[in-house]
Amino acid sequence: MTEKHSLTLTVNGQTRRCEVEPRMTLADCLREKLDLTGTHLGCEHGVCGACTVIVDGAAIRSCLMFAVQAAGTEITTVEGLADGDELSVLQQAFHDNFALQCGFCTPGFLTTAETILKENPSPTRAEVQSAISGNICRCTGYVPIIDAILEAADRRRKGEK
Amino acid sequence: MKPPKFDYFAPDSIESALALIREHGGDARFLAGGQSLVPMMNFRVAAPSALIDLNGIAALRGITVDDNGCLHIGAMTRTREIETDTEIAAANPLLHAAAPSIAHIQIRNRGTIGGSLAHADPAAELPGIVVVCDAEINVIGPGGTRCIAAKDFFEGIFSTALQDGEMISEIVFPPWPAGRRWAFREISRREGDFAMVGIAGWFDTNENGAISAAGLAAIGAGDTPLRLPSAEVALIGQAPGDAVFTNAAAAAIDDLQPGSDIHASAAYRREVGGVLVERVLKTAWQRPALEATA
Repeated sequence: MTEKHSLTLTVNGQTRRCEVEPRMTLADCLREKLDLTGTHLGCEHGVCGACTVIVDGAAIRSCLMFAVQAAGTEITTVEGLADGDELSVLQQAFHDNFALQCGFCTPGFLTTAETILKENPSPTRAEVQSAISGNICRCTGYVPIIDAILEAADRRRKGEK
Repeated sequence: MKPPKFDYFAPDSIESALALIREHGGDARFLAGGQSLVPMMNFRVAAPSALIDLNGIAALRGITVDDNGCLHIGAMTRTREIETDTEIAAANPLLHAAAPSIAHIQIRNRGTIGGSLAHADPAAELPGIVVVCDAEINVIGPGGTRCIAAKDFFEGIFSTALQDGEMISEIVFPPWPAGRRWAFREISRREGDFAMVGIAGWFDTNENGAISAAGLAAIGAGDTPLRLPSAEVALIGQAPGDAVFTNAAAAAIDDLQPGSDIHASAAYRREVGGVLVERVLKTAWQRPALEATA
């Protein structure tokens, strides 16, 4: 049906309901229906990685998934990484390492890095470089981003969150 | 919202998916991982009237090795599962080796093997792997089920032997003999981008130390993934070694049919294709020694 579908999903730990046309991407749904504008849309065809969110534990491009497909899933967006006003270790490491300049790509890097560090708590520099290959940053030159993720890995292994 | 309007259905069985595509006619499409179809819809290059979402069909997923050693992969199995599955690493190490080169992790988390084969991008890795491994592609549709050899499946750019209303159900890889040598190499501008050229290869040796069977395939070097018969013939009966690999690489260049585009010229692809054939064969041959010292 081209008519709207009702869906329920869990976003950043909260149950959310909305009505969407089938053609609404998850990215547009998060931004426009759920007012979670931290997820950024760059290319909208799966190349830039800015719209990366975590769906059922996996980093995915939210511009390449329709919102109707996310019914019943658990989603973490960049807004879900911090604990209230307290930045996560990963976010703090980005801040400390100057891993962002304009900030547009940052939500995608943070959500991607969050899943990388969950799967592999002790990545090598080469592994980090490979894992963020699907995210484009036009400001930093990537080096500070890799530094930040490695520092976050180190601090998380020491028990920080 | 970028994509054009469409009707959306999420069946939970193959039967209902087939019924839905029949009911909604020629403009309806199956939706697998959506990592190629959705970008095309966002660009409005594709405008299906209805999407039949296969993501909820459990029968289309899964990885098993049967008693004969054949590896069965359900069409909706995600690329990331193929990359991380330990059974695949043993049952088809070439497929396992190529998986990390398929796009980026966010794409591999959604993209499926069946979706990639049905999309048939000439530069995509999985079509090259099924062709070089002589895999079989099981499809199901209004006329029942049929089994298509990988070499007959790809007919042109984005074009396959799938008929209207048919879907891929499963991919079956033949058993992987003990002692088989293998490697995969591709060249792309950025890790995870489509390959400008890629080569997948394997060979077996007999008790005399000569190459008894070999498979080589190229991606990004023609309208479909290509087997490289001249290079394969150049290997058969020879003892593995640098001179033999160099000869095979020179022969491979005649088998490539690359085009020119914004990413690379045909001449560049041809040259790189030859270099990659040589690297694949050398890597395949040296791997046990390399792994022993690692």
